[in-house]
Amino acid sequence: MINLCNRGLRKIPTWVLYVIAPVAPIWLFYLAVTGALGVEPIQALEHKIGELGLQVLIFTLAITPMRKYIGLNLLKFRRALGLIGFFYVFLHLLVWLLLDVRILDQIIDDIFKRPFITIGMISFVLMIPLAITSNNLSIRKLGPKWRKLHKLTYLATFLGGVHYVMVVKGWQIEPMIYTGVILALLLTRISTKKLRSK
Amino acid sequence: MHKTSKFSLPHSQCTPEAHYLNRRALIAGAAGAGALFASGTQAQENPDFQINGFNTTEEPNTLKDISSYNNFYEFGTSKEDPARYAHNLTTDPWSVEIDGLVERPGSYDLGDILKNVNIEERIYRFRCVEAWSMVIPWNGFELNQLLNLAGIQPSAKYVRMETLFRPEEMRGQRTRVLDWPYVEGLRLDEAMHPLTIMATGLYGKELPKQNGAPLRLVVPWKYGFKSIKSIVKITLTDEQPINSWQATNAREYGFYSNVNPNVNHPRWSQASERRIGGGLFAPRIKTLMFNGYEEHVADLYAGMDLRKYY
Repeated sequence: MINLCNRGLRKIPTWVLYVIAPVAPIWLFYLAVTGALGVEPIQALEHKIGELGLQVLIFTLAITPMRKYIGLNLLKFRRALGLIGFFYVFLHLLVWLLLDVRILDQIIDDIFKRPFITIGMISFVLMIPLAITSNNLSIRKLGPKWRKLHKLTYLATFLGGVHYVMVVKGWQIEPMIYTGVILALLLTRISTKKLRSK
Repeated sequence: MHKTSKFSLPHSQCTPEAHYLNRRALIAGAAGAGALFASGTQAQENPDFQINGFNTTEEPNTLKDISSYNNFYEFGTSKEDPARYAHNLTTDPWSVEIDGLVERPGSYDLGDILKNVNIEERIYRFRCVEAWSMVIPWNGFELNQLLNLAGIQPSAKYVRMETLFRPEEMRGQRTRVLDWPYVEGLRLDEAMHPLTIMATGLYGKELPKQNGAPLRLVVPWKYGFKSIKSIVKITLTDEQPINSWQATNAREYGFYSNVNPNVNHPRWSQASERRIGGGLFAPRIKTLMFNGYEEHVADLYAGMDLRKYY
């Protein structure tokens, strides 16, 4: 069954993902303009795109454990998914800058004084070098350093989860689930390392 | 039952709801995408704002805005949850228990209460602690009328209120997002202030359940969470009540919770707000001290450090 999946997946070219990726934000933007996201479309759009970015990044983080534990091989899509996740997070930031706050003083204030925004910004900034080096040339040039650099994904995604927990009022279930899943996926990395060292 | 005073318009002088709807559609259509960058990088002054007696002259939000975007955690934490689930709530019969430092404690039937108070229309600004706002044409009566019905003992200093606890009908109460029942409170002078009302309706119609039917508090110079919904209990006391949000996170939410653009929430700025209903390209507007009711209520807090008593 898994083999069948893997065989089928091998036939899908990765460019398909890049073509599909913009559909979701364009659709959300359309919904927001037409009022289908409710009477406060700015925040709805901002939150939905941010959530989408986090979901894609979490899925990207799940690719290695999925191969390890259930044999499902999605490795060839990992780069595309990472880049798409970054793209969604970037759009989330744009909505915040251009539609939500828009007031320069307040934006600067928010980034430095509001911990949840500081953490969100750090997460975004950490992803920039990862996005820039997500190509074969960089892998060749950086050699073993590339693998090390791309471990930043762990921290960036975790901070994304924390950002989500902190933005809501009170302790809400959904952001905690996201962060829990991220932590579980990170734990799979630690435990495999420990096993190896034994 | 519409009392005419300097604080209210008789209902016949109010703009009918359909009229508001048309105007808003026109404005929204004309605004469009071009407004995005034309609005610049400053919070906008609100040119419409003026207080006529207690009523603002600003354009009220539509009934759809007011009844589809709510914080009422008893029905769930998303803004859409209350509109989706509040229909399960039974609001008739309804009674309010009034106890504590009152002359005539007891269970007051809502129908009896309404026979003894003056319902008026009050068009109030409503500012949520989350930095969004609306203009809402409430129907209701001044809370002081209800408190006087029960008779206030001289030693009373605070008013504590409770929302209904009925998890069978209020699905959000089956989770522990807050300590149920929801509690809010006011200092007695705040509660007796003529701006403080108990709302029973919107746009001349029955109050939608997601807005806190059949009886909710409205304190327009305080953040929205002070305006407790679906009230079943009122206690007069000499101790400052601990309101639900303060109990949950005292660093972020205080007892007073007066709208104040100079005191930021630890997690976001309170200097500006977004008026709901402006669509995807609506700019922020400046938040006003005491939500614009400074001339009416500032003297209640004379000499108090509002940074400390947030």
